[in-house]
Amino acid sequence: MSETASTVDYATLTRNGLWKNNAATVQLLGLCPLLAVTGTVVNALGLGLATMAVLMASNMTVSLIRNVVTPAVRLPAFVMIIAAVVTVIEMVMQAFTFELYEILGIFIPLIVTNCAILGRADAFASKNSPAPAVYDGFIMGLGFLLVLVLLGGMREAVGEGTLFANMHLLFGDMARDWTLTLVGDYRGFLVAILPPGAFIGLGLIIAGKNVIDRWASERAKRLKAPMEKGSRRVRTTGSVS
Amino acid sequence: MALLHVTSPHATSSQRTGALMRQVMLATLPGLAVLTWLFGWGTVINVIWAMLIAAAAEAAVLKARGKPVGLYLRDNSALVTAVLLALAIPPTAPWWLTLIGVGSAIILAKQLYGGLGMNPFNPAMVGYVLLLISFPVEMTRWLAPGAAPDLATSWQLFLDRYPGADALTGATPLDSFRTWAGDASALAAEPILQGRFAGLGWEWVNVAFLAGGLYLLWRRIITWHIPVAFLAGLGLCALPFWLYDPVRFASPLFHLFSGAAMFGAFFIATDPVSAATSRWGRLIYAALIGVLIWVIRSLGGYPDAVAFAVLLLNLAAPTIDYYTQPRTYGHDKPKRGTG
Repeated sequence: MSETASTVDYATLTRNGLWKNNAATVQLLGLCPLLAVTGTVVNALGLGLATMAVLMASNMTVSLIRNVVTPAVRLPAFVMIIAAVVTVIEMVMQAFTFELYEILGIFIPLIVTNCAILGRADAFASKNSPAPAVYDGFIMGLGFLLVLVLLGGMREAVGEGTLFANMHLLFGDMARDWTLTLVGDYRGFLVAILPPGAFIGLGLIIAGKNVIDRWASERAKRLKAPMEKGSRRVRTTGSVS
Repeated sequence: MALLHVTSPHATSSQRTGALMRQVMLATLPGLAVLTWLFGWGTVINVIWAMLIAAAAEAAVLKARGKPVGLYLRDNSALVTAVLLALAIPPTAPWWLTLIGVGSAIILAKQLYGGLGMNPFNPAMVGYVLLLISFPVEMTRWLAPGAAPDLATSWQLFLDRYPGADALTGATPLDSFRTWAGDASALAAEPILQGRFAGLGWEWVNVAFLAGGLYLLWRRIITWHIPVAFLAGLGLCALPFWLYDPVRFASPLFHLFSGAAMFGAFFIATDPVSAATSRWGRLIYAALIGVLIWVIRSLGGYPDAVAFAVLLLNLAAPTIDYYTQPRTYGHDKPKRGTG
């Protein structure tokens, strides 16, 4: 990353976090939670929000101490900051969304090992002031969250024939009737819920992103060069060098 | 382009992939006939339906990939995948089960990896395992051998409209042995275990696939290495344990003529794309499949294990090939793993 304090551009940060340098589909970081907990939308959303909160808080803290920590000890320092933040988030989830905390289990403490978080701390937050660092954490977390939720939605729809089931685990009793039943009397397609479904689903998402990228670049090339091979033009006299 | 290894003399080397694949399908006919005799028309319906799906799925993906559809369809490889998968799933399977299985085999396991010759895993077995872990009830709904339902019942089952489908059961010999292993009187009372030399009915299914396999060997479409090593691995693994305790561990003969043993040895493990290719490599690859089948059947969580064992060794095939690369003429034997 070459972003420095003087050249922070929020539009670029947004584009990178959500699309061009997306943590899940381009950097392929944080795949362990991505593949493990995206069986349903509610699990994906829960872990995505937790990761996003950790990313914002750790980016802010790292940015605040960036002039105090020497390069030699920066990685242990970052890991301790991230671990502390994750512990706080874990306790918050234990207090307010206990059932979801039980379902996500080990994957909440494992947010510490999510390389996307350490990567942003080292590559961006340690070189920038707090405001852009927090924004970067937010937008990177959002990009990760969106992929999590998309994958969770795909796996829940194919695997169980529903969407947004059990959202009350996250949003309380008002969300009890949010469940969308896509196919009545669905027998379930277990492989989508099991780990292979996560790999296949993520592969399809990445392939989809690459297709869109290629289509966009071809379109840009076409627009840049309006003259096409074989198109007719008026012949001019004189020598062409 | 013939993708199959043909040993010398190359009298039949003009065979193209399409013709070879047709021979493989021909060789499954004895097995198909015995399955139909024992379990009714369900398997025939499944085979036809699976071939239709495979051709459609293959054509659709080839078109999407911008490949010449007719050229690749004529190599018949998709049809072989369909036939093998349809023979492996129960004859009571509803239409959607075959649709999902064959669709995933062709699209996910074969074409997404690049089509024929590029797939690291046996497509039919990927489809089978995907179905087995997703729909354990439908995938274990075998019938009692010899009590074949009539065509109308098979058709109703295929359409998923048969009212008593959930009540249909019939443990396979491997199922029964697994359940009653260790209990001598129960094993002696279980009718399905009282075949002539292996499980009732199922022994003849295996004999039929053995006959088809011998035909493939005679036509030099497969070499002896994989089937022999496969069966030796399974049989030699079973022998000492059976001698030690015949009540808890099934006999080698029972293992070799139950479940998908012969089918796997001659039709599944011999897939030239996903198997190891060097001579020693093929022996090691197939022997390990045999050992793994015995281990999973006797100690694991599933009654049969051909699909799991084949997929795991597919994963190991490149490594096996790397270490068993034959010496090139005029060169010393390559030293692997030292430099």
